[in-house]
Amino acid sequence: MNNDRTSAIDLAQNVRNNVITAADVIEEHLAHIVERDGEIHAFNLVLADEARARAAEIDGMVTAGRDPGPLAGVPVALKDNMCTQGIPTTCSSKILADWRPPYDATVVTRLRDAGAIFVGKTNLDEFAMGSSTENSAFGPTKNPLDTTRVPGGSSGGSAAAVAADFAPISFGSDTGGSIRQPAALCGVVGVKPTYGAVSRLGLIAFGSSLDQIGPFTHTVADAAVALETISGHDPGDSTSIQQGPLDLSRTLELGVAGLRVGRITDLPTGASPDVEQRVEEAFDALRAAGAEIVDVEVPAFSYGLTAYYLIAPAEASSNLARFDGVRFGMRTAAPDTNQMYRATRTEGFGDEVKRRIMLGTYALSAGYYDAYYGRAQKVRRLIANDFAAAYEKADVLLTPASPTVAFEMGDKASDPLAMYLCDTYTIPSNLTGHPGMSVPFGTGDHGLPVGVQVLAPALKDDVMFQVGAALERSAPPRSAGSGEGSES
Amino acid sequence: MWGGVRDGVSAVVNLERNGRAVPDSLTGVSDESPRITADDVSKVATLARLILTDDELATATAELAAMLDHFADIDALDLDDVEPMLQPTPLANVMRDDVVGVTLDRDEVLGQAPLAEDGRFRVPPIVGIEE
Repeated sequence: MNNDRTSAIDLAQNVRNNVITAADVIEEHLAHIVERDGEIHAFNLVLADEARARAAEIDGMVTAGRDPGPLAGVPVALKDNMCTQGIPTTCSSKILADWRPPYDATVVTRLRDAGAIFVGKTNLDEFAMGSSTENSAFGPTKNPLDTTRVPGGSSGGSAAAVAADFAPISFGSDTGGSIRQPAALCGVVGVKPTYGAVSRLGLIAFGSSLDQIGPFTHTVADAAVALETISGHDPGDSTSIQQGPLDLSRTLELGVAGLRVGRITDLPTGASPDVEQRVEEAFDALRAAGAEIVDVEVPAFSYGLTAYYLIAPAEASSNLARFDGVRFGMRTAAPDTNQMYRATRTEGFGDEVKRRIMLGTYALSAGYYDAYYGRAQKVRRLIANDFAAAYEKADVLLTPASPTVAFEMGDKASDPLAMYLCDTYTIPSNLTGHPGMSVPFGTGDHGLPVGVQVLAPALKDDVMFQVGAALERSAPPRSAGSGEGSES
Repeated sequence: MWGGVRDGVSAVVNLERNGRAVPDSLTGVSDESPRITADDVSKVATLARLILTDDELATATAELAAMLDHFADIDALDLDDVEPMLQPTPLANVMRDDVVGVTLDRDEVLGQAPLAEDGRFRVPPIVGIEE
């Protein structure tokens, strides 16, 4: 798209130095939204008035000689499953359509304190369950690069918002790939940090042992700043790691000389040839930059899908039990409470959410717990053990982020299992809690972007960024790929 | 709703045997017999506080059966000596200091409820009413 795009880092620097005003930055991005979001539908809600008011505050601080923070005046879009006090937070579900949270998510507080300006709440697959953002109660989001195709999901609105220049930074949540897969399909950077690095307080829970919040950006450097801003211990989240913010930006220029980049020799097949080719080129680029490419095995990798689709629905069925028409959201009138619960949930939840609640309820039910949920947790351990062994030999691993480029809308809508396979390469790092990121690396079929996934061990987010930055420097230009006719 | 329907959901599944639903080999049904019946799904829907129409029940049964078939890839793994992994961090039972902190405003929370009265959530009668 436009090559004269200003990075979030530069925008903030310019606002802090009074070179540009936050008001101008916001107007420019709101204009993009007005121009294209009718077609894209990245947003469930655009916060135009709030953003303008906040921009005036930021500019006032600069004028008064006060520093608004490292993200001063930067427009930020939030996935609509992060609580914003007094501002509707829907999870793209009918059951929460009118709910206004009584508190802010910790990431929201930290972003505001850093000077960021919220421009809107982005669309998602209902309760973050899906890989295409077609399962939204408010209609699908379209891929800004080709509006006949999906943006990926579940954070498709956040990925599209950055790709369409509605905001230079957005945030999504990643339970099985919901940041990395849409980032790949929309040609932007997407990061799932180490589990526990970012507070989940105020993120409406899907799979509590898997969920992490992370950024979408155009550049690896912007992603580093975004993640540095929101990470660090939060006493309000008991799974929050007890250490300070991630330290990422310093690694970006270190290069990869001497680093060991692992190729998983028994990686599940299924990626399309155009994606495979770009991943090969990514290995070549890192080798040329001085990295050592090593072969590793992760035999249990292929069992990730099964373990995930038993564990995540099980956790979801518990988490979504709270939506019962009593404390928040909608209620369907019925003569007694039990009928009211059932009527409310039946009317309020969409098909995919019901499907996963039922799968999870089954996996947890008496007589099946050991066979399904219990075995899945043991498989989870096997996967973690295999990755631990692989990381003895390699500092990072490289895989496709998504098996294919963006697919056409409706393609997988009627086949749940086909949709689940979109997450094949991203799921294992949610099970292990390890970080993963998708970095745009040229184009594949139809001139659409390919994302290469960098995986690293727990709390080695900095090494992952070091490699991600090197990949970004050596990535084939987007336009070059689209003209090469990799599409047969 | 619920995507495509797969027919032929008729194999006997013994709910009580060995924990895991396995098609009863005595019936001589093929490998394609489902791991879950409409009765099972109906029970699950009740547990999950969801109402399914007959069509939805048939579709859900077929879809869940197809998924459970796919998930059978872990059946062959020997997991007897493997410790289950419940969550990724080494943290356990993190407690905060027992001091008074700021809590949510009651009226603001109740203001988001479908129905509230006298500082409490209001619900329909707990005891069932005949329709």
